[in-house]
Amino acid sequence: MADFNPVRLWRRFLAMPNDTSTKTFAVAFMVASVSAVAVAVTAVTLRPLQAENVAAGQAERMQEMLASVPGLADLLADADADAIETRLVDLDTGEYVTGVDAGAHDVDAAASDQQASTALQPADDVAGIGNRPDRMPVHLVIENGAPVLVIVQGYASGYQSTIRAYIALESDLETIAAISIYDQAETPGLGTRIAEPDWQERWAGKRVIDEDGTVRVSLGEAPTGDFEIDGVTGATRSSMGVVNLVNFWLGDHGYGPYLARLRVQMP
Amino acid sequence: MTAQANLRHLVAPILDANPITLQILGICSALAVTTSLATSLTMSVALTVVLASSSTLISLIRNHVASSIRLIVQITIIASLVIVTDQILKAYAYEMSQRLSIFVGLIITNCVVLGRAEGFAMRNPPLPSFLDGLGNGLGYSLILMIVGFIRELFGTGALFGWPLLATVAQGGWFQPLGLMLLAPSAFFIIGFLIWTIRTLKPEQVEEPEFRVPSSGARAAP
Repeated sequence: MADFNPVRLWRRFLAMPNDTSTKTFAVAFMVASVSAVAVAVTAVTLRPLQAENVAAGQAERMQEMLASVPGLADLLADADADAIETRLVDLDTGEYVTGVDAGAHDVDAAASDQQASTALQPADDVAGIGNRPDRMPVHLVIENGAPVLVIVQGYASGYQSTIRAYIALESDLETIAAISIYDQAETPGLGTRIAEPDWQERWAGKRVIDEDGTVRVSLGEAPTGDFEIDGVTGATRSSMGVVNLVNFWLGDHGYGPYLARLRVQMP
Repeated sequence: MTAQANLRHLVAPILDANPITLQILGICSALAVTTSLATSLTMSVALTVVLASSSTLISLIRNHVASSIRLIVQITIIASLVIVTDQILKAYAYEMSQRLSIFVGLIITNCVVLGRAEGFAMRNPPLPSFLDGLGNGLGYSLILMIVGFIRELFGTGALFGWPLLATVAQGGWFQPLGLMLLAPSAFFIIGFLIWTIRTLKPEQVEEPEFRVPSSGARAAP
């Protein structure tokens, strides 16, 4: 093998009949490798930009949701920019966590961190999320020192994706002021309709927590009053995902303890 | 190959062999993304780029692909290009990519792309393949832009989001046609386009597959 010559080897390879298994495998392998490298390089180099876009989109959903709550726009216009206060809540105790930057809290990182999350029992895991972060952010709209709107956030399994949403509660802490789904990848044209304003508006003004402090909202075919919501036609499991999300995150394993504490403090 | 023959590859698919109106390919996305001109334009650019580059790449390796694996090789190349395009859109045109939802990803299954790869690029050198891909992309784009123009103008009274016709809701005279924003309207518009093109160019009219037998030949009931 003294005259090892890569160029000649390459030529010999190209001259092989196409139907030989060696060449078939080699060509398939090379096409696959080149494609994989191209896809991987683009995906990795563009990820920071995409993450920025997603974060901007999320902030925009929050603004849209706040704008949809009646009377809130005026309130926010009157108050200064820090009318919305973001704080971190320890979900088990329901107390605020002090000394950390709540805005920088990464929910996804916490959910996959053994130290910062709790594995849920299947019976408790209404939302189908497996691990629940121990700390979650809460956004408060404050007027005259008292919160007029309490915005919590959560996520749940839908039909084929994770649905992420903000839930804004009115100051009675039992009624939903608005709901905003800011991330989902449900079936386009069917499940994605849960993210449209038409459907989200149905949540506004619904009571979801009863006198005993139990969250009980369900999917109803012809909802007449509170505790029931009409699902999206053809997207029952996506609608159910949102219902589960509300039930779980406002419940005992979600923000329940926090809301209970808040209720006591409220006049 | 003369320059004239090359030009023919580029120009023919725009009207004479248009992928949508003559070959009736890629209808699905033509229905779904043409509610506004902006989405139509983005989709057109994405498909043209994918089609031109996939045709060129497939043509480059056409002599070394065993026929038993040619389809999967073509699909791998097309799929990679589509993913790259989708990622670029998500990074630089996020809102647009949200509005196009899965239809950029579905370029993979767009019959125009695989049709040109299998029908042309596998048998022709890179330059004609590139021009053929570009031409078919432009032909597809032309129809998408026409349909998008009609649907956005009559559905919302605007073009590229710019209000042109004052709608009733804004105190004007124009009552937007809700049907234009729904998928069936694209069927009608494409149907009328095909009708128009085939009236002007009768050579595109297909032979009927069945002929109704004349009354004398009909069997007694």
